[in-house]
Amino acid sequence: MDLSTDYLGLKLKSPIVPSAGPISQEISNIKQMEDAGAGAVVLYSLFEEQLEHESLELHHHTEVSMDSYAEATSYFPEPFEYKLGPEEYLEHIKKAKEAVDIPIIASLNGKSLGGWIDYSKQIEQAGADALELNIYFMATDIDQKSEELEKKYAHIVKRVCSEIKIPIAVKMHPFFSSVAHMAKELNKAGANGLVLFNRFYQPDINLDTLEVEPNVILSTPFAMRLPLRWIAILYGRTNADLAATSGIYTETDVIKMVMAGAKVTQMLSCLLKFGIGHIAEVTSKIKMWMEEKEYESIKQMRGSMSYMNVDDPAKFERANYMKVLHSYK
Amino acid sequence: MNRNKVTIDGNEAAAYTAFHTNEVIAIYPITPSSNMGEHCDAWSAVGKKNIWGLIPTVSELQSEGGASGSVHGALQSGALTTTFTASQGLLLMIPNMFKIAGELTSTVFHVSARSVAAHALSIFGDHSDVMATRQTGFALIASNNPQEVMDFALIAQAATLNSRIPFLHFFDGFRTSHEVMKIEELTADDMHAMIDDELVIAHRNRALTPDKPVLRGTAQNPDVFFQGRETVNPYYIACPEIVQQQMDKFAKLVGRQYKLFDYVGAKDAEKVIIMMGSGASAAEETVEYLAAKGEKVGLVKVRLYRPFSIDHFINALPQSVKSISVLDRTKEPGAPGEPLYMDVVNSISEKLVTGELKFNYPKIIGGRYGLSSKEFTPAMLKAVLDNLDNEKPKNHFTVGIKEDVTNTSLDFDPTFSVEADETFRGKFYGLGADGTVGANKNSIKIIGEGTDYNAQGYFVYDSKKSGSMTISHLRFGPKTIKSTYLINTANFIACHQQVFLEKLDMLKEAIEGATFLLNTKISKDKVWDSLPEKVQKDLIERKMKFYIIDAYKVANETGMGARINTIMQTCFFAISNIFPKEEAIELIKDSIKKTYGAKGDKIVQMNFDAVDQTLANLFEVEMPNQVTSKIQLQPPVSGNAPDFVKEVTAKIIAGEGDDIPVSKFPVDGTFPLSTTKWEKRNIALEVPVWDPEVCIQCNKCVMVCPHATIRAKVYDEKLLKDVPETFKHTKFKAKDYGDGMVYSLQVAVEDCTGCELCVDVCPAKNKKETRLKAINMSEQVPLRDKERENWEFFLSIPEIDRREINVTKVKDSQFLEPLFEFSGACSGCGETPYVKLVSQLFGDRTIIANATGCSSIYGGNLPTTPWATDKNGRGPTWSNSLFEDNAEFGFGFRLAIDKHNSQAKDLLQKYSNEIGGDLVNALLSSAQKDEAEIYEQREKVEALKKKLNDLLKSASNGNASELNHLLSMADYLVKKSVWIMGGDGWAYDIGYGGLDHVLASGSNVNVLVLDTEVYSNTGGQCSKATPRGAVAKFAAAGKPSAKKDLGLMAMSYGNVYVAKIAMGANDQHTLRAFLEAEAYDGPSLIIAYSHCIAHGINMAKGMKNQKAAVDSGYWQLYRFNPDLAEEGKNPFKLDSKGLKMPLKDYAYMETRYKMLTKSHPKIADKLIIEAQEDVTNKWKEYERLASWEPEKSEE
Repeated sequence: MDLSTDYLGLKLKSPIVPSAGPISQEISNIKQMEDAGAGAVVLYSLFEEQLEHESLELHHHTEVSMDSYAEATSYFPEPFEYKLGPEEYLEHIKKAKEAVDIPIIASLNGKSLGGWIDYSKQIEQAGADALELNIYFMATDIDQKSEELEKKYAHIVKRVCSEIKIPIAVKMHPFFSSVAHMAKELNKAGANGLVLFNRFYQPDINLDTLEVEPNVILSTPFAMRLPLRWIAILYGRTNADLAATSGIYTETDVIKMVMAGAKVTQMLSCLLKFGIGHIAEVTSKIKMWMEEKEYESIKQMRGSMSYMNVDDPAKFERANYMKVLHSYK
Repeated sequence: MNRNKVTIDGNEAAAYTAFHTNEVIAIYPITPSSNMGEHCDAWSAVGKKNIWGLIPTVSELQSEGGASGSVHGALQSGALTTTFTASQGLLLMIPNMFKIAGELTSTVFHVSARSVAAHALSIFGDHSDVMATRQTGFALIASNNPQEVMDFALIAQAATLNSRIPFLHFFDGFRTSHEVMKIEELTADDMHAMIDDELVIAHRNRALTPDKPVLRGTAQNPDVFFQGRETVNPYYIACPEIVQQQMDKFAKLVGRQYKLFDYVGAKDAEKVIIMMGSGASAAEETVEYLAAKGEKVGLVKVRLYRPFSIDHFINALPQSVKSISVLDRTKEPGAPGEPLYMDVVNSISEKLVTGELKFNYPKIIGGRYGLSSKEFTPAMLKAVLDNLDNEKPKNHFTVGIKEDVTNTSLDFDPTFSVEADETFRGKFYGLGADGTVGANKNSIKIIGEGTDYNAQGYFVYDSKKSGSMTISHLRFGPKTIKSTYLINTANFIACHQQVFLEKLDMLKEAIEGATFLLNTKISKDKVWDSLPEKVQKDLIERKMKFYIIDAYKVANETGMGARINTIMQTCFFAISNIFPKEEAIELIKDSIKKTYGAKGDKIVQMNFDAVDQTLANLFEVEMPNQVTSKIQLQPPVSGNAPDFVKEVTAKIIAGEGDDIPVSKFPVDGTFPLSTTKWEKRNIALEVPVWDPEVCIQCNKCVMVCPHATIRAKVYDEKLLKDVPETFKHTKFKAKDYGDGMVYSLQVAVEDCTGCELCVDVCPAKNKKETRLKAINMSEQVPLRDKERENWEFFLSIPEIDRREINVTKVKDSQFLEPLFEFSGACSGCGETPYVKLVSQLFGDRTIIANATGCSSIYGGNLPTTPWATDKNGRGPTWSNSLFEDNAEFGFGFRLAIDKHNSQAKDLLQKYSNEIGGDLVNALLSSAQKDEAEIYEQREKVEALKKKLNDLLKSASNGNASELNHLLSMADYLVKKSVWIMGGDGWAYDIGYGGLDHVLASGSNVNVLVLDTEVYSNTGGQCSKATPRGAVAKFAAAGKPSAKKDLGLMAMSYGNVYVAKIAMGANDQHTLRAFLEAEAYDGPSLIIAYSHCIAHGINMAKGMKNQKAAVDSGYWQLYRFNPDLAEEGKNPFKLDSKGLKMPLKDYAYMETRYKMLTKSHPKIADKLIIEAQEDVTNKWKEYERLASWEPEKSEE
């Protein structure tokens, strides 16, 4: 049974790829992922904003009290060197590469254009096989035009692609007015792959404290319907490899996504819930299913249920309940 | 040879040489020497090597006594060893210094000389500490400026190895230790050339080693001790010549020639000054100035003070000398004269007696100057020289003060100046938090290292830890700078905070044509009208140039926040034209890269942006030629203040303390309470504003307020007559104090520091806008006048009767009047809420022993004290003895109070018939368990006093004496609460032995440990309270061991009440612990989590950090009450529910932990895991203690 797939030009033994998240912060977990049969691993994201914040925070707290009182002209020892950049993340890439044979895909969330470019270069130098750009701008400014933002996305991808040689995937969010067009633009800008979709922290209200509490809850299987639709729609209409993420729990979820057109299916919530060994279980069940349904390979089924290959593509377009529109032609 | 020119302070200069020429460094922090140890620790941590290629080991001890013991041990084991200290620290080293010298052991101690505490503590410089070591047998060598500090540190090191006499190398605390100066840095080759390796090996060969065992340190008897003591004589005789040889060797090597006694001035001088230390530089400058004008004056700078070489001294004097004035920077009350004076008299007398004196016996007088860094200026030196012109010059004089009690002081003309015109002299007034001092330190480095100019920087801070003012004094120019005094004629003055203009007469020191730079929010068209009349007048009359910048606007736009350092620095360079503008900007940017490079590109860029935007916002103001302003300088205190406050305190506040005559001061260091309330500092930009509609009247804000500026009162609504228009009140929600009561929450906006702790803990939210609470921050200035009136009205409302208050509830306890208010502690301080609580609960009967540290500074540093009295004149009485003896000091209070109490009781019984049996019985039987009983006892004592006074009118002589004694002790029949307070440096380290002893004594004392987990007052050095994994000074790579469990150690005695508390986690628990501790008739120990600026946290959220510490299980809340054991119950109660979150979620809220992940990430990973294990294991241990059930004894 051939589960192998190709993604971003990399040969993967399986379409199952753990997605970016805290689980990949431990090298031992990455090793377990390989042992369980993962095709590749997307590392947790490096956030430029966080690095910058940490640097500013350290600067503030060590500086704010300096030279204000005769007995204590400072309150902290002054190290001659800080590791305030991405050193820890780059070291992690190196260690992950040493620990496993499967491809390591780094993940980056930049803040400034300079940051996107610099960190991408450093990630490439650290040995990552590919890079997933985790780009999002929360457009809270009502004067901000969507067109400007879309150009910004594309510009970042274009600039990063022009600076590094390793393949690049872009993790998209589903809130563009025209998801399909945006996918096309990102691909045009140089993205070798598109990961559908990014899930954000969502705010909640704590009624006891009357405070807003943003957090992220584990995705539920239903969440896969959104990427399923758009992968099916985009399959065959973009040169970018498609990766599915959100709500993929079982072998049937993986198979559905592949049939919709995904080259890889990214998992996180189910690994947090059931453990890394879940990869092996799903892999084994995929094989059983394929055997039962007499599929020889993953490639064989890829896109078979996509927009362009189903008999009634309109079903992917339907958005609201109405009486079924029978064809009159 | 080309040597580096570096711009560093005296401490760094000493540390540099000491580090390079030693193998072991044992230290303990004390101002102003701490920085020497910190430099060495930092260099050792990064692997910097000494001249033999070794990384010296730096080790922090628990006290200076401990440090000197370890130095002694390391020396006896053959290592080149040094230490750094000052003041009381040096006194603690004296026993070991006798030993080290007695054993002829080579070492150099580097001392930034500081006043020894007497009538008061002072962190500033004089020679009283050094003079206290004269008897030890150490050689004493003085350096007068940072260059000499570096040089003499090396000469002393070479001399000690040659002579075997240990050396104490000293320089003036602050004036030299903290003066930044451009100096020539010695090279490793210089140092190696001066230090003979054979002597190092000889030193090592004298070590105790089991391979060549010897016995050293015997006990000797009357038959031989004396002879043994005299064996060292040849070494002391040889020592001065050895030092001179090393000075000569140094001169050949480096080019700077020193003599044991350096003479400067006219070759035919008739009047000669003799002195040592930094003041000698100012004297040299003055003598040279006068000699150049033809005056026959000279100066002998004493370098090697011990062993004092009479021959070298006599030879240094010009034979033309007719009169000598010796200046001592110390005071020895009761002595025939101060030590240097006595030595000079003795030397000349000896030579006269032996017939070796080659000149006529001169007139010799002596005087004192410069105690506690008192300014010593050319004007004063001129007065000293002029005094010699008198036929009967004043001997044993003082100079620099007005001594109008015994009239010892010399008058001087403060306008006399010898400063060179070509020397630039700039004064910069800043706020502690705005970065002014840092910017000026940087500017001096840029000028020092970027030009051929000589450069000097000195920085003056006030004694407040929040809203403090700093004044930077910068000099540079082509001439050697010897002006070791503050600038009093300036050609550049910068005011970085416009509010200072209304408080200080800042331009009075500007010379004609000087430049004034003002940071202001007001535009150049309107700024003139905002200036006080005096400022306008000075600007016009002195023909000054006037520039303005809105530095906060630039800082805000460039992300700099409140730090305007880079902006003001750029203005300074742009205006002063020291460098061409482009070059100046390049130099500033280079300096920014050096300073902030390690902290990331963002920080560097932010500063670059600030530089670039500054020039566009810097304007010269065109001034009218007429004064138009009516704005006057604000008086430092209100006209309603008591006379002492107006005559003394106010002058100190106004920066005129130097002018107060001796007669105005108490003779024994005793000061009145309740003085902070007169010092309206107005330092908060924003203050809390109460919304009565939202308030739930919980009083949590009152409890956490570190400065007692937010207060609640409940009172009869009838009192609301004539209420100020904007005074707020609302119906009191509870019925505890009867019907018709109203409630007010009032803020003292002029005393508030704007810390926001109150807002953070407020649990009530506005139902329509949840961003608002029952208290919200608002700009202070528009509120100031109205709220001043409201505060006055609030104070006029009577306090509720203490007897009616249920003190066991947080809400009610906060109606108790705080008798600790408006301290100078840091904004948002984590210690003061506990201190204030003691004052509320027990203040009217409390006596406090306060260990030296933050709490002694915000509690007792002049000009004002936060300790206050109630309407009856009662309140906490307070004293600070030392750092190390605080528990014993408080224990002494208890012994005396108990003695007075028992004597009073004995006399009561003896005179029961005369006084009246009922009254005596009532007085003797009261348990005084609560406020009501204490109140009644006070009433009874008043009755007793009245009775005693009546009896005394007719008493016989024999009885009168005892009745008078009883009268003097009657107040001791009322309960007294002894509180022993201090920080963790005291309780865990230096004072632990005494604390342990006092706890074990069973005495009824209450100990409050304000645990900030570092030595906060001296700048965050590691203590044994520092937790594993936290970064502190002397633990730059994270503290590798766990925090000492002081509570558990105290519990092991079984009869000590112990509580571990954190107000931010559980205020009710905190309150309960204080009440139980005080009620317990035995020793009590409260260990209070005190968040601190040294943790690197957002101080406004400090209480949240406390809660997180408890939720993580790191800080357990518990109470151990021996009274419960008496009742057959488990005395230990674990009061928190720990392990609710991982340690790292708490720890990484704080820079002290987080910075390790950025400086030493691997170590941080390891230590946080170990620290979590500590927490888990400790929690299990406490759970076991809490679950223990005492065995029931069989009946």
